Order: sequence, then C-alpha cells, then structure tokens
Amino acid sequence: MSRYLPLSDKERGEMVKACNVSSIDSLFNSIPSDLKFEGILNIKSKSEQELVRFFKKLSNMNNSNVVSFAGAGAYNHFIPSSVDSLSARQEFLTAYTPYQPEIAQGTLQVIFEYQTMISNILNMDVTNASMYDGATAFAESLLMAKRVGKKKNTVLVSKGIHPHYIKVAETYLKNLGINIIYIPTKELKTDVNALENLIKDNDDIFAVAVGYPNFYGTVEPLDDISRIVREYSKKALLITSTSEPLAFGILTPPGDFDVDIASGEAQSFGNYPGFGGPFLGFFSSKETHLRNMPGRLVGQTKDKNGKTAYVLTLSAREQHIRREKATSNICSNQGHCMLKATIYLSMLGMTGFRKLAEINNNLAEYAKEKINGTKNFKVVNQVTFNEFTVSTTTDFKAFRENCISSGIFPGVHLEKFGKDKDKFVVCVTEQNTIEDIDMLVELMGRAK
Amino acid sequence: MKSLRENEKVIFNYGGAGKSGVDFKMPDLNVKSSINDKYKRNTPAKLPEVSEVEVTRHYTRLSKMNYGVDDGFYPLGSCTMKHNPKVNEKIAGMEGFALSHPMLPYSMVQGSLKAMKILEESLNEITGMDETSLQPAAGAHGELTGILMIRKYHEKNGNPRKYVLIPDSAHGTNPATCTLAGYSVKEVKSDETGCVDVEALREIIDEDVAALMLTNPNTLGVFEKNIKQISEILHEKGAQLYMDGANMNAMMGKARPGEIGVDVMHLNLHKTFSTPHGGGGPGAGPVSYRSHLSPFAPTPKVQENEDGTLVLNWNLPDSLGKVHGFYGNFLVTLKALAYILALGGEGLEKSTEDAVLNANYIRESLKGDFNIPFKTPTLHEIIFNDKFQEEYGITTMDIAKRLIDYGVHPPTVYFPLIVHGSIMVEPTESESKEEIDYFISIMKKIAEEAKTNPEILHEASHFTPIQRPDETLAARNPILKWKDDENEG
Repeated sequence: MSRYLPLSDKERGEMVKACNVSSIDSLFNSIPSDLKFEGILNIKSKSEQELVRFFKKLSNMNNSNVVSFAGAGAYNHFIPSSVDSLSARQEFLTAYTPYQPEIAQGTLQVIFEYQTMISNILNMDVTNASMYDGATAFAESLLMAKRVGKKKNTVLVSKGIHPHYIKVAETYLKNLGINIIYIPTKELKTDVNALENLIKDNDDIFAVAVGYPNFYGTVEPLDDISRIVREYSKKALLITSTSEPLAFGILTPPGDFDVDIASGEAQSFGNYPGFGGPFLGFFSSKETHLRNMPGRLVGQTKDKNGKTAYVLTLSAREQHIRREKATSNICSNQGHCMLKATIYLSMLGMTGFRKLAEINNNLAEYAKEKINGTKNFKVVNQVTFNEFTVSTTTDFKAFRENCISSGIFPGVHLEKFGKDKDKFVVCVTEQNTIEDIDMLVELMGRAK
Repeated sequence: MKSLRENEKVIFNYGGAGKSGVDFKMPDLNVKSSINDKYKRNTPAKLPEVSEVEVTRHYTRLSKMNYGVDDGFYPLGSCTMKHNPKVNEKIAGMEGFALSHPMLPYSMVQGSLKAMKILEESLNEITGMDETSLQPAAGAHGELTGILMIRKYHEKNGNPRKYVLIPDSAHGTNPATCTLAGYSVKEVKSDETGCVDVEALREIIDEDVAALMLTNPNTLGVFEKNIKQISEILHEKGAQLYMDGANMNAMMGKARPGEIGVDVMHLNLHKTFSTPHGGGGPGAGPVSYRSHLSPFAPTPKVQENEDGTLVLNWNLPDSLGKVHGFYGNFLVTLKALAYILALGGEGLEKSTEDAVLNANYIRESLKGDFNIPFKTPTLHEIIFNDKFQEEYGITTMDIAKRLIDYGVHPPTVYFPLIVHGSIMVEPTESESKEEIDYFISIMKKIAEEAKTNPEILHEASHFTPIQRPDETLAARNPILKWKDDENEG
C-alpha cells in the first residue's frame, strides 16, 4: 500500500516537526472528536499483481467473445492502434482542464481541431468541447432552445429519439415547468402529419426535436420536418439527436436542412462501448445562438507577441462566472474521449470517413436484403444507414439464446426499452463480415 | 513538455488530397443504398487528409505542449491532482470490459455488474452511507443527481420546497445545479473561519428550504466543525444536508459523512480516487446517500438475485429517472475501484494523512513569504494571496505565470471568490518531500523576485510555446473553428 505514497516515515517525522505539532493526528484536531471515525475502513489492499488477477477474473466473466450486431446507442467499430497509443500519452491523459493556456496548448488545440471536425461533419457553425454523452447533450439542447425561445414553454419531441435520451431529457426538464409533447412515430418514422397538427395551432412551441437517423435506424424525412417547422413556427428551433454520426459520411448533414442545434453521441469515433461509458456527447449550433450554448468552447487568439494561441473562451456563459445564471452546470466534460475522436477522425480523413460509412451501409443493405428473404423475420424500416429494426414472428428470446450459443449476438431487443416484444434493432458495422451476416441469416432461417 | 518546434500547425494544414491514415477493404457486394436523392451527401465533410505517420507526429508534438501530472507538481487547489496509477489504465482496457455492450443480456455482463457492485460497496464503506449510484458522469452531474433526489423526497412528502442554501464560498457548479433542479439559491454567509455561520443559518432557515449544499472540508480547506449542528438545524425543518465531496481526500478514514449528519453527497472519482483528468474529463461523480433517499435514486440500480447473479433493476417507481444514457462512465469507475483496492482502508487513510501533512508543511514553510488570509487550521489545502506582493505591483497572476518558468503547474488562482487574489495550493499525497521542498524554494525565490525584480514576474512565463494569450480578443471576435482562408498557423 505504500507504492503510491512517496513520503518515508523519517520524512514524515521531519515534516511533523516543521509543522510544530506533536503528530500527524494533531493535524486533524479541527475535526471534533465526536465526529471522528475511529476504526479502519474495511477494505483489503492488493498488490499490483493481485489487482490484475482480480480484474482479469471479472473481465472474463463478461462474454465479449461473440460476433455482435448490437447497436442502439453504443457501437462496435474498429479502432486504429494510433488512437489508443497517442491518446494514452500522459501529457494528454494526466492534464487538468486547460486553465493555464501557456502549458496547455496541446489540449486547447486538440479541442479547436475537434470543434472544426464535428462542425464540418454536421455542417454546423459551432461545436462545443463536449458533453457527457448523447443523452445529456440532447437534454441540454432542449434547455438551450428554451433559453433562446424565452417565454415559449412547449417542446415537441419525436418518439423516434433514443428512449434513454428521452428519459434523461425528462429528468432535466421536469422541474423547470417545461411541457414536452411527444410526436408519435408511424412505421418507425416521425409522423409528419401528426407534427403538422401539433405545431399549426400552437404558438407556445420553442423547439421541435427529432432523431437523425432515429433510434430505430430510420433516416427521418428531415427536409419535410424542417419545412413544416419553418412554415408554422417562425421562432421554434429545429433540433436533431444522432447516436451514430458515422452516417454523415454518406448522409446529408443536419446543417443542410437548416437545423439549429445538432446534438448526439460520438462514441462511434474511436471510443469503446465500455458498458455504456465514458462516451462523448457532441453539441453543435448555429452561430446566432452561440451565447446560449452550454459547455466549454476554445477560441483562437494571439499571445502578447502576436503568435497564434488557443484559449477557453466565452466563459461568461459558464458556472464559474455566472453561477446560478449559467447556461449549464457542466464543468468536467469528456475531454479524453474528445481527444480519441479527434485522432480517430484525423486517421480516417476525408476519404476514409466517407468510405467507412459506405462499407457500413453496404453491409447493412446486404443484411436487410438477406433478412427479408427469410420467412419469419422482416426489416420494418426502409431508409437506413447501418442500423435497422427487424420484426419476427418467432419467440425472440429463444432465438437470441440460440444465436448466443452459436457465438452470435443478433441485436438489441426493443423490449429492453419497454417497447415491442417482437422487434429488435440490428446494427451492422465494418466489424461484421459477410460470413457473419450469412450466419445470422441462417440462424433466422432455422428459427421457428 | 516540451516540443522542440516553436509552432504546430492545425492538422488541416498538413498532408494533401486523397491521403488517409486507414486502409479499408471494401467488401465485394453488389447492393443499392436505401439512402438516395436529397439524403445522399453531396460534399464530403472537410476532414484532414494525412497518413498515420503525420497523425502520429502531429499529436505527439501537441502533447509536448501540455503539462500533465506525470511531469511534476500540479497543486491545483480543490482539484486533487494526484498520481494516476498506470495499472488502472491497463484494467480499464481489458477487452472484457472495454468491449462490453451496455444492452446485452445480464448473463453476458456479470463481470461489469460485479465491478459496479464492489465499487458501490467500497464507496459506502468510505463515506459511511447506505447506498451509492455510479450513474453521474462528473462532479456537477452528481450534484444535480443528489439535489434531484432531495427534490423527489420532498415531493413525496407533498411539497418540493423552493430554496437551496449555499455558502458564499461554494464552487460555481453548486448554484448552477440548483437552478437546473428548479430551485432558487439563497446564500449563507461564512464566518471568519470560512465555515457556515450557524446563527445566520438559523435566521434564514424555514420550511421553504429544501436543502443546504455544503462543501466539507470547505473550499478554504477548513473542516465544518458545526456540521452535526447544521444537520440538526436543517432536519428540524425537514430540510436535507447535501455534501459536495470534492474535498473527500482530506477525510478518508478520518470522518464519514454518513455518520455526521449528511443525507446525500457526491464524490469526484477523478479527484479523490486517482482517475486521470484527461485534459477535462471524463470524470465520474457517484452519489452516496442514506437509505431514506434510496427510492429516489437514478434508474437502473444494480441488484443481486437470490442465486447471487446480478441484474439491473429498471422498475423504480419513485426514482428521479435517468441522468445518463446508460450507467455512467463505467470504465472510469473501474479505475477508481482499482485504486481503492490497491490502497485498501489503511492506505486510503494514509493517503489522507500525507495529503494533509504536505499541505500543512507548505503552509508553515511559506507563511512568512505569502499572506494567509484565513488563520484557521486547514486540512488538505492552503490558501495564500498576493497581499504581501501588492506593494511591488505584483499580482497572483504574475506569481502563477512565474511558477511555470520554474517548471511547476500553478495552483488554483482567484478561487474561491471570497478571497482577494487567492492562491490555492493542494499538494495531495503524491508528492515526495523533495518535490515539495522544491516548490517551497521557488515560491520563496518568487517572493524575493517580487521585491528585487518585479519585471521578470510581469513578463513570465518566459519559456512556453505562447505567452499570456489575449482572452479579450478571443471573446470579442470568436474564432471557434479552422477555415481554409481565415486562419493562420
């Protein structure tokens, strides 16, 4: 237990003396004696070797040895070795938030590059330094829209958005007197007629939020949605939420449809599924709303000698200055996940980003075609990227068990989200081979 | 630190058309995309065009323009920049954890659930609380979770109440959190020791108060000696005591919040429990709470079946709901568990002792050279300010930048707001006596330089890639992304 503690007993003795006290204990005299904990915390210490053995055992209790078609908010993509290797450099990993720009230009420039890359991918004006994850980024996007919308108090939220994101948004919004009205989905797509009916006679709406692609994998008709929002409401902001932004390698980005805030989850970019975290919430906006944005921003400036430099900026929005009037309470964000994403996107580059998206889409289209050829499984949605929803007439859980014993995880059951028992979301990425897909389809063919 | 190059261009300025750092094999398939027409992207996203080699060089050189805790002393007050053990990274990178998908059946993720459970139990032991939720992703997120639990508790009793009380020395996230939770903030004055003024509290408390948010030890490093009394005053009116556990490094094994009147608190695993700060996260901010708040904790909760297998319980009718897309920053929480198990109960207590000893040793050694605005005994951190240096025209900012010249990270400056020109030093237990003595010697040197050569302080830092960037310019004319034609460098 002394390996993390550099003081020797001799040094402790000298320092105690220098402090003019009789013992280390007396340095704790400011804790009233009746409040002191007298025992020893009941946790046994382990050597490094014991520690590794202990965690190896736990790690092996997880079954990660399957070919997986799981998506639904967490994605399995190949991560080039450079991402882990470069991001593990201690100068990045063990640094604090860049409060001293002179010795944090590395972190600050990475954030500036990240802000650029994400803005370009989404075709949005500005992007912040990250949020905790896609769910909190979504919740914060609604809160930001409320700040822009001032007195207006109602937000329309599509039921096609990831159900966990909706849950988190409800948690964030419910004590602030904001009304959420849900737009139903029809065939796993936002029902645009319902949207039109909800928005046309309601002048209290400050925002409309849809998934793009949505939770079921459907590419929402964003041009129709955008047109309806603009037609009926001059002030309402249009918000998108995306859990698989790799789609924008081939999918028209939100900025092209006049979206005001594009938020979502960028775990796909160089971060592991990691049992759900740490992930990377991205958050982009039109420049007109800049001063209402939550989170940290890095800007380019000059130093005293006229040299280009990067600093945290527009901090007058933030909690350490504005306190209870801040745009958000966020302080620590997901800096290191953001670094991984930046390195990952640099590695892919402009051509690689598009090509990887094409590979994902091609494999998924192949899987859809094959699945539709089976008797008991049908793909429900039409326009999709690398994820789609399948309905089955068989007992899904029995089918899933069967798949797992053959080394395949077939997809995430919608029942897990309190939705349809006969449907599951299948995600196909570059990590799945044609043979993997054929195997899945074969298992489907055999299911009764 | 540090790069031999003066400048590092943004990555978009490297490379050239068609280059990529990854070679993909396009599968041999003849399929048609369902994405067509207006949904098919016309112009590819502008991203860098560089090989693996250029990516490696660029980010390696950028890293050398950073200072990490592995470089040396990093005494940021209230940030607890302690050593980040290397084995923790290895553990979080184990495939079974890193590749574990959050929506798999529980039978496939027993290892992850078990790790969560052991960490929850360990944190309960350390805090003296009954239960812990690992869902919050950072300290401020933990604050929000804790305050929302309190809100649900009051709602269940018929009235959510209106106010949360916050001492004027509190961190900015505390008031920002209250607003987000739908509460108004009322400030409580600190007394001359930086502690909550109990009389002021008595005057302000009524049945509209939902809770008091208390940082203990407070931001001045002083233990709230009246915490039990404060708790009683609150409980008498049905209000709850929230503890901001940012400074838990000062009390591990010495006092347990659950035994001294605290109802709910958060911990910063990236502070007290050694997980790396990553240049701004990811952190983790678990909340630990007493059992009366249990029904209101976030969904889902890890639960043990009779046969010993673990599941997540999503059916919690009084829960505040979810605060995170899944279960929190799981891989970060693993690192904290590795740290706790490496040290054990005795080691954690020893860490606290060394952290407090280091802070007091610095205090004693520098008290003649720098003013100490609060004379009260302090635990893990010590606040100085620039009062002695004022007559030479030297500010806290000058002192901070000069420290960089001597190769250490400056302390937290100008916080807490109630101290003019605050210099807040938190050495943690991770520093050798040699490193601490070095810091003391350069601080003394700087105090001397302030008298004899103030110019050299005004001009600091001298050896960094950039010097005193213009923050006003950055805010007045925000350049928040690289554009082909507009940007330099």
